[in-house]
Amino acid sequence: MPPVKIRERGRAKKGTMKRLVKKLFQLYPGRLIFNAFCIAFNVFANLCSSIFAGLIAGVLTKGVLENGGAFNAFDITRFYDAQVMGNSFTIHANIPILLIAMGTIYGVGVFAAWWWNRSMAIVTQNFLNQFRITMYNHMEDLPIKYFDTHAHGDIMSLYTNDIDTIRQFVSQSLPEFLRTGLSVIFCVTLMLINSIWMTLVVFLGTFAMFLNTKYIGGYSSRYFIKQQKQVGVVEGNIEESIKGLKVIKVFSHEEKSSEDFDKLNDTLGEYSTQANIAGNITMPINGNIGNFTYILTAFMGFLIFIIPGFNNLTIAKGLVDMNLNIEAFNSTIVGFLMMNRMFTNNVSQFSQQITFIVMGMAGASRCFDLLEEKKEEDNGYVYLCNIKYKDDGTFYETNDHTRYFAWKHKHHDGTIDYKELKGDILLDHVDFGYNPEKMVLHDVSIYAHPGQKIAFVGATGAGKTTITNLINRFYDIADGKIRYDGININKIKKSDLRKSLGIVLQDTNLFTGTIMENIRYGRLEASDEEVYEAAKIANAYDFITRMPDGFNTHISGDGSNLSQGQRQLISIARAAVADAPVMILDEATSSIDTRTEKLVQDGMDKLMKGRTVFVIAHRLSTVQNSEAIMVLDHGKIIERGSHDDLIKQRGTYYQLYTGAFELE
Amino acid sequence: MLDKIKLILKSVRQYKKYALITPIFMVIESLLECVLPFAMSIFLDLCIKAVSFDDFMKLYDHPKLPFQISLFALILVMVGMAVLSIASGILGGRYAAKASVGLATNLRSDLYKKIQSFSFANIDKFSTSSLVTRMTTDIQNVQMAFQMSIRIVIRAPLMMIFSAVMAFVAGGQVAWIFIGLIPVLVIGLFFIIKYAMKIFLRVFKRYDALNQSVQENISGIRVVKAYVREDFEKEKFNNASTSMMSDFVKAEKIVALNTPLMNTTIHISNILVVGIASFFIGKYSSISKEGGVTTIINDKLSIGQMSSLLTYGIQILMNIMMISMIMVMLTMSLEAVRRIGEVLQEEPTIKNPSNPLYDVNDGSIDFNDVNFRYKKDAQRDTLSHIDIHIKSGQFVGILGSTGSGKTSVINLISRLYDVSSGQVLVGGKDVRAYDLKTLRDNVAVVLQKNVLFSGTIAENLRWGKEDATIEEMEKACDIAQASEFVHQLPQGLETHIEQGGSNVSGGQKQRLCIARAVLKSPKILILDDSTSAVDTKTDKLIRKHLREDIPDTTKIVIAQRISSIEDADQIIILDDGAISAIGTHEQLLKTSPIYQEVYYTQNRVGGEQ
Repeated sequence: MPPVKIRERGRAKKGTMKRLVKKLFQLYPGRLIFNAFCIAFNVFANLCSSIFAGLIAGVLTKGVLENGGAFNAFDITRFYDAQVMGNSFTIHANIPILLIAMGTIYGVGVFAAWWWNRSMAIVTQNFLNQFRITMYNHMEDLPIKYFDTHAHGDIMSLYTNDIDTIRQFVSQSLPEFLRTGLSVIFCVTLMLINSIWMTLVVFLGTFAMFLNTKYIGGYSSRYFIKQQKQVGVVEGNIEESIKGLKVIKVFSHEEKSSEDFDKLNDTLGEYSTQANIAGNITMPINGNIGNFTYILTAFMGFLIFIIPGFNNLTIAKGLVDMNLNIEAFNSTIVGFLMMNRMFTNNVSQFSQQITFIVMGMAGASRCFDLLEEKKEEDNGYVYLCNIKYKDDGTFYETNDHTRYFAWKHKHHDGTIDYKELKGDILLDHVDFGYNPEKMVLHDVSIYAHPGQKIAFVGATGAGKTTITNLINRFYDIADGKIRYDGININKIKKSDLRKSLGIVLQDTNLFTGTIMENIRYGRLEASDEEVYEAAKIANAYDFITRMPDGFNTHISGDGSNLSQGQRQLISIARAAVADAPVMILDEATSSIDTRTEKLVQDGMDKLMKGRTVFVIAHRLSTVQNSEAIMVLDHGKIIERGSHDDLIKQRGTYYQLYTGAFELE
Repeated sequence: MLDKIKLILKSVRQYKKYALITPIFMVIESLLECVLPFAMSIFLDLCIKAVSFDDFMKLYDHPKLPFQISLFALILVMVGMAVLSIASGILGGRYAAKASVGLATNLRSDLYKKIQSFSFANIDKFSTSSLVTRMTTDIQNVQMAFQMSIRIVIRAPLMMIFSAVMAFVAGGQVAWIFIGLIPVLVIGLFFIIKYAMKIFLRVFKRYDALNQSVQENISGIRVVKAYVREDFEKEKFNNASTSMMSDFVKAEKIVALNTPLMNTTIHISNILVVGIASFFIGKYSSISKEGGVTTIINDKLSIGQMSSLLTYGIQILMNIMMISMIMVMLTMSLEAVRRIGEVLQEEPTIKNPSNPLYDVNDGSIDFNDVNFRYKKDAQRDTLSHIDIHIKSGQFVGILGSTGSGKTSVINLISRLYDVSSGQVLVGGKDVRAYDLKTLRDNVAVVLQKNVLFSGTIAENLRWGKEDATIEEMEKACDIAQASEFVHQLPQGLETHIEQGGSNVSGGQKQRLCIARAVLKSPKILILDDSTSAVDTKTDKLIRKHLREDIPDTTKIVIAQRISSIEDADQIIILDDGAISAIGTHEQLLKTSPIYQEVYYTQNRVGGEQ
């Protein structure tokens, strides 16, 4: 097997954000743009609190002044000309009108909020679903090499952790980004209209928050990374010691293990305390910088109010004299302070989103990596088809499952050739390596005539499994040729090639579902009777029918409610129902008891009858009645011949047979 | 559940002081956060009274204050409050981190020790992966929940209460608006959470199932590809994923009501506050024109107070929202608490006796009418009426098919399980009388599913004897026939073993495991199918060395291969939990049909018989 790469949990590639957002917009352009409007309106409506608070304060003050004291604020007939927003504007209004306007904007704002929250949830879930499916569909089409070279846990975490960070990004960070961005722009504009001096104070505060977030946030993320690494170490230790718990007990090693663990655990505690402290104090500090800014702004307002000649500066009207003008002071300061709160809150909230964005991009980047992996290529143009024989021995193509097949060869000129499938396989001077630098098979030639049984024997790493990987084109050979009934297998459509090869693998992978479904996996259109028949061939029928739910027994993925031997029997039945003309059998190494082993053996024997079979043997008993036994060593065939021939040769096979070598 | 929470909280130990001190800082912080807007409103009210910069130091009256204060003093007070708030925020955050991480660290250590104290029976109850999850994710959740409890759980309700109190102080009767709105928000949130949670819990299960099927697909990809089932799998996944999505959407649609609900209540409170405040300000205002300067006098409510009322309103409602979120998160962490508590509450089924024996006389073993079942409520005995008598130094073979009880028998010797009835004697004494460590040091077992730990070969071997010298280790390797390949490794004994021993072959692993057990120089050595991956020749050599090099040690070998045990002093044939026959190879070949059958099959199989 090629070496497995463990992925690095690094940063996102450049352009990931652009790619993700682009993909999102391509799928839901209308919805997203409308949502953006809703968010904008929502932000505006929320800001209205501070705008209207200012306007109302202005009108109220004016009312008191004009009426020379108490007055009815709800008198709808009286209008006042109030100077508002740092004396930038004069509005002609009264309290009821302002309240109604406020209520109307709020109403629409609430509707907008509801709409975009709901719509974003739908978009997010649909997008994730699309993304998941695209990823899965792409993954299914990747060559085996991808799965052999990537840790399965890493592939798995694409579907769990990484997709989740994308969800976080799309559903939270993206709208939040827009929301705070707009809020900040609105706030800054309004603040500048009210007073540039006071706005400068707010900017000063914002800068302080930025420094705080950067400094403490940086400290936090340094320890956060250390913490994550240590978590990995501790988890590794936990997993190892729990898996080996029985060994620990047998060796009374409990105390020593606990000591070792405590050391790792304490280091984790140290890092995670630091990371947590930094994380915990960022918010209170930012919040209080907000408080300071609040006080400073008010003080600044006071200075503008009180110092003769210190004029308020606004972007709307330039220098405005507010000196001792109660009306202007009230309307400006009340609105401004609320805006100030909102602004600082938004800034400190956004600083929290940054972590999520970074994580989301890293996750998305890994998902895109998968999508960029090259799919398995299939340029074959020779197809497999079912055939029926006529009485005269000639045959014609049919769609029924007939157990007889032919290769359908479409030539460039449009003519079609049929060639009976016989199961004649030839490996002709084949070289192969999982990476080009290191060849694992050297000049291997094998011929299997129809109905013959060819066995591979050799130590781990000798290249037995590799040969079968080549016949069904899980991997492509570097040099030489493989012919199937005389046709170069590169010309055969991969899916058809694989359909013509039945496989029983060493690891019996079953899928969650009933036993029936698992056996039928071999041929989806198989009838119930055919499944029973296959189970009988595999010697699995007895034990299945003895189970309370029989063939409808539900098994979980790892088949943990079945014994090792029973799982093997089911996987043999699965191959039997597929009923392929050529079989590849990779014997299981795990030790099962003698009786079940015999059942498995018999099942395999029945399956092999009348077929061309390649057997990777771990027990020499399987091998003895083979037509030819290939003894492999370091990627070369060192001995070949029948059992009797090889015993006579007194070579490696003989030594294996007499138990002088480990076979495994 | 309460007992489990208590049990978990016990682990806080040396960090208790931090856990207790954190809430105090949170109280101070939230108190200040609430008083600050009030001070601000007074500041605004007083500002208007000032006419020149000199008035900065002038003392003013304020209807809400019992004393006079200058603007300068007020600013100092406010800055002081902010400084105090920042200090308590930092300290609170710091101690909360120390307390919660401390709890998690202690808890991990406690859980680890607890699991170490488990007997085999305890271990069987929990699956490996579930124990790993409990020690990682679950503890992580508890840490977060605990931190939230001592910070936010204290802070949020306090903020709400303080804000409400301050709203009354600042705004008088107008503050009733908030009290009126609280139930609206609470009831709204309650229903949203209730319905959404219900759907979410269901969806999360489906999500797990989906991930499980992806997992299966990835590990079974060879099967998928070999049977050309890519499209079938795609369709299966697409359907599952899409139907899960529609459930998610259902739940999210409900959750989407959250923000509008929150907005609505805040907006309503704003309008009401502004409206009513306007009314009062209009009604109860007067103007004074002292010294040519116009000032407005508000008897009931000032504009400054109106602004602080708005702030308090938002604070009250936001904190209700916060409380609801905490409740959801705490409820979710209860599952973690339950799972951790379950482990902590699990009693080890095997404990040291009160007056243990610390000496094992010899390696003799006696089973006196032993019955054994793994669970009390099991339908039938795993072992029934077992009588075995082994003399010290004997070589004993055990043979039988899967499930016949071979491993169960030997597990009783080193007291990995306790008998249900009858007696197991080692060195003439009941195993239950011995100190556990003493017993297990003297009875070395090489388990069927054996593991090496990440570390060097030498480190692994030293499990058998902590202070083993190089010579001792090499001798053990000689006996186990491991020397040859260890010497061939470039770094010899210092070669690093990967996690799970993935860089040595099965046969090599088995031999190292045997060497590790031999290093203990035990009185009894048990090999449970420990040479299955070793070739017959080496197997024979190992047995020869065991016999010659440690002759006084009793050796029990469980094997599938007859060749591994045929020269034993006695062979025990187990069938269906009972002894079917005992005898030597020759005797059994004549008398035992099971033995004959196995012998026949293996002879056909080949080998060297």
